[in-house]
Amino acid sequence: MTQLARKKIAKLERLAELAAVHANEGGESLWREAFRRLRHNPAAIVGAVILGIFVLVGFVGPFLVPFSPTQTGLGFVSEAQNIIPGPSAQHWFGLDHQARDEFSRMVVGARQTLLVGVVATAFGLFFGCLIGGLAGAAYGLGGKRGRSLDNVLMRFIDMLLAMPGLLLAVSIVALLGPSLTTVMIAVGFVSIPTFARLLRGSMIAQANAEYVVAATSLGVGRRKIALSHILPNSVAPVLVQATLTLATAIIEAAGLSFLGLGNPDPATAEWGAMLTDALARFEFAPRLAFYPAVGIIITALGFTLLGEAMREALDPKLRK
Amino acid sequence: MMRFIVRRLLQLIPTLLGLSILLFLWLHRLPGGPETAILGERATPASRAAIRKSMGLDDPLIVQYGRFLKQLLRGDLGNSLNEKRPVLDLFLERFPGTIELTVTAMIIAIGLGIPLGYLAAKRRATWLDHLSVGASLAAVCTPIFFLGYLIKALFAVNLGWFPTFGRQDTTIDATRVTGFYVLDGIMTQEWDAALDAMHHLVLPGLTLASVPLAIIVRMTRASVLEVLGEDYVRTAEAKGLTERRIRGRHVLRNAMLPVVTVIGLLTGGLLSGAVLTETVFAFTGIGQFAAQAIDNRDYPVMMGFILIIAVVYVLVNLIVDISYSLIDPRVRVR
Repeated sequence: MTQLARKKIAKLERLAELAAVHANEGGESLWREAFRRLRHNPAAIVGAVILGIFVLVGFVGPFLVPFSPTQTGLGFVSEAQNIIPGPSAQHWFGLDHQARDEFSRMVVGARQTLLVGVVATAFGLFFGCLIGGLAGAAYGLGGKRGRSLDNVLMRFIDMLLAMPGLLLAVSIVALLGPSLTTVMIAVGFVSIPTFARLLRGSMIAQANAEYVVAATSLGVGRRKIALSHILPNSVAPVLVQATLTLATAIIEAAGLSFLGLGNPDPATAEWGAMLTDALARFEFAPRLAFYPAVGIIITALGFTLLGEAMREALDPKLRK
Repeated sequence: MMRFIVRRLLQLIPTLLGLSILLFLWLHRLPGGPETAILGERATPASRAAIRKSMGLDDPLIVQYGRFLKQLLRGDLGNSLNEKRPVLDLFLERFPGTIELTVTAMIIAIGLGIPLGYLAAKRRATWLDHLSVGASLAAVCTPIFFLGYLIKALFAVNLGWFPTFGRQDTTIDATRVTGFYVLDGIMTQEWDAALDAMHHLVLPGLTLASVPLAIIVRMTRASVLEVLGEDYVRTAEAKGLTERRIRGRHVLRNAMLPVVTVIGLLTGGLLSGAVLTETVFAFTGIGQFAAQAIDNRDYPVMMGFILIIAVVYVLVNLIVDISYSLIDPRVRVR
């Protein structure tokens, strides 16, 4: 294995080990302690508020928008004459290049963007955890045969980990043909190796914990130990990573849109696609690019702030 | 040392072989199969059948893979569907541009990132610290192609300080030697050509530098903060050493190790970023070429791009490994 892959892995293992660091002297549980620290971290609060608004808009917004996001011809728009009406009392963010209400598209776009981010992350989380959980359980409890299974799985994962993410996503979209589902799969696929490495490391760190020894000596089956003892204690770092991945997923999906590999349906209101559309008209209607761009940046910022704060809250080095 | 390098080179063989299998399967599984990759999507069924036969696409998979590998080893990546020329030649023409761009971005990122990170750590919790941490967070969260458009609109279109697109002004009649425009200009002593090429590199370089810059600032800051808390720094201060000497000898030297690693890791991201940045600035490098190929469904070019990126990535890994073994002899034993 190369040094770079080793460093990437070492970073993930360090986060994974945090799951094994246990309750403080007060006997407070890891979760409660971490939550308490989160509440006192301003970055976490800012992140959580941003995400709260984003999720609320995503869920409730589409029912309250003044216009349909796909309804065209709401006013006079001529790209040849550089006429695209700006904000007015009726259209708060003005119209877009097809005379659709930009504000309504932004609000409905929040839901689409949230959907892409969440489904992609969930895809990566699911398959990553499947592979990582299997490898971790095999390594921790499976003896010699388990270790070789773990070895095979991890070589595969390390190979994926070494590839630049956007390029991996591009080759997947080329393979499956551009569609909304493909974008979610491609962006999610990129995060599989990270999640797999993380959960595996986290489970191995747990495998030697006293409670596992205790359960083994009580005669609890290995499958049960892995699923109901080790796994629940190993998920904290994975959740931290999932929060951070949501940010990159939204940015990567926008990048795919920009390369023409996004959702091919131009009527769908999605921030990445809207940004790409607007950039073609950046010279005379820059505001159309700013709305979705600011939306993406603030949302990604929210996920990143919350994720970083969660990581800090889990890290014993910073618990003072 | 020689033995270590040879061993590392031998270890590359299985990696590259695995990659060639993946690429072969990728090309094989593409919508429409490899004949679409060669004929394009609008081919007639008859010509499809003909090409399937002439390419031996009905042979067993393993035979086809053998043939594919033989072509690759000869450096034959097929012809571009759009330009009807060998893919490898097209890439080699454009590679110098991308190398100039990524090197520029790295110089900006390292040159600004390390001092900024050091200052942020040294003046912890001041406005400078908050500003650099906040700005690096924002940079990581901004889609790089939007940042590119923003920088272009501000500095090139509105202020007119920099050119909006390309690698060199078309009115300049420069002699081409290596394909590296800046280098060519210096070698042939056509200073205006060299300066113009550099002028064209500033904005794309800044755009591409944004993410690595942000990461290097945060990495340096964290690393310096850790080192500043070490006993040997306190000892150095107690000995009455000058600030400059402590900074150079004690703090930065120790803080740089993790930063150097991260710089290596950033290469993969830089190549992804180059695809987007070169597209924004119509900068004729391999990234822009690949983006066009994606747009045109030019599969041989896409395959060539993935292969070239993978080989570059593997080579960067090799260089990092060798430099590690120079810094830390223990690595060679493993």
